[in-house]
Amino acid sequence: MIRVTLPQHLRTLAGVNGEVQLEVASPVTVASTLDAIEAKFPALRGTIRDHGTLKRRPFVRFFACKDDLSLEPPHTQLPAAVISGDEPFMIIGAMAGG
Amino acid sequence: MSKVRVLVGTKKGAFICTADGKRQNWEISGPHFAGWEMYHLKGSAVDPNRIYASQTSGWFGQIIQRSDDGGKTWNTPGSSPDDLKGPGGFPKGESNKFVYEGEAGTHMWYDGTQHPWEFKRIWHIEPSLTNPDVAYAGAEDAAIFKTTDGGKTWKELSGLRKTKGNLWQPGAGGMAVHTILLDPKNEQRIFVAISAGGCFRTDDGGKTWKPITKGLKSLYELPDPDAEVGHCVHRIALHPSRPDVLFMQKHWDVMRSDNAGDQWTEVSGNLPTDFGFPIDVHFHEPETIYVVPIKSDSEHFPPDGKLRVYRSKTGGNEWEPLTKGLPQQDCYVNVLRDAMAVDRLDDCGIYFGTTGGQVYCSPDGGNSWNAIVRDLPAVLSVEVQTLS
Repeated sequence: MIRVTLPQHLRTLAGVNGEVQLEVASPVTVASTLDAIEAKFPALRGTIRDHGTLKRRPFVRFFACKDDLSLEPPHTQLPAAVISGDEPFMIIGAMAGG
Repeated sequence: MSKVRVLVGTKKGAFICTADGKRQNWEISGPHFAGWEMYHLKGSAVDPNRIYASQTSGWFGQIIQRSDDGGKTWNTPGSSPDDLKGPGGFPKGESNKFVYEGEAGTHMWYDGTQHPWEFKRIWHIEPSLTNPDVAYAGAEDAAIFKTTDGGKTWKELSGLRKTKGNLWQPGAGGMAVHTILLDPKNEQRIFVAISAGGCFRTDDGGKTWKPITKGLKSLYELPDPDAEVGHCVHRIALHPSRPDVLFMQKHWDVMRSDNAGDQWTEVSGNLPTDFGFPIDVHFHEPETIYVVPIKSDSEHFPPDGKLRVYRSKTGGNEWEPLTKGLPQQDCYVNVLRDAMAVDRLDDCGIYFGTTGGQVYCSPDGGNSWNAIVRDLPAVLSVEVQTLS
């Protein structure tokens, strides 16, 4: 089970509190994890990555095990600690703007 | 007894203000969607409890929300009430997929080069006058989308962008379809305005469009006096009893057309400045119109620090300042293009919101003003519903 933390606005939009937990088929990558999030929470489609292009939105970042995965290719495998559920995959809204 | 519901979109959430027909004591609810830019909220004319809202964010993009109970609860269209029940319940609606039809193509960029069309947000939602499941959405980069399923899915009416879209150019505020007017006497006719694309009309329900800019002069921005597109139209308005008569606040100039936009004439008259953003029409007096003159070009606040609405009872040219109840010193707010509305009560109410967070109401056609609320985030849009 993959643990995912969402920014507050996306938790509100998805109607969830705290972390969400997802089944993600192997290999567990950034892209497959986002696919699973969007399948479970359709309201989040287009909010983390663009419709169509599936490019990460500019002010959204991905972290896991203290590493910034935002610029890694989408098919980068997530760390073992995330796959085992010991650490969350973190989706973060950049600290920017007014 | 009649009452009014004022829908206010701000930079940091939406607010709903309600009052009875006297429009003196107001109840404020909100912020709804706290922290999000709420560009526009508008209720259906045929089902006033159905309200569409554009929720947007530089971080997380565009969301469409819909309420079916007058703004008490909201949902992304496409979710059913059952979706929200139980510990695993959450919204199923997607409702934010705005994709340009076909090859998106390019438009003119600030430096005159061509630039790809990129969807950013929805500025304005215009519900159908006859069907609560139908609505139009004005997008940045400029395009118009239509839903026929209550906001769940949206399809571009791409004929608009084929009307010399390669020559449209963003203004400082972006390039958006910010005004959509539906002709109440002809379902096939729609007017839209774009900064800085111009003004357009369709007579076939959105399949094909034509520029309606003859008579507009934009000498500083468009050296070609016959330019059909590229005019910086800030807002257009019509009275439902006379949809062939249009009023326009352009970047500079207040204009009027008596033939559905085929020809425009200037009616700025004695205004202290012909620059401004909103323009609206009294609900019972089709020749009574309102503007808020703003000092151009970079300052964008009222002249002399005095917030004055100007009213013309002659359809333009002759204007009078309306000041009673409005700050007449040290006022440096702006009033944005979608932030003025009129109600339908016997004594027509006029409403506007400011970038300083005030929402003003005049319950007597502009003769006197009161602040409904003073300290909201910057106001992006104001709409009003008259409820029986």
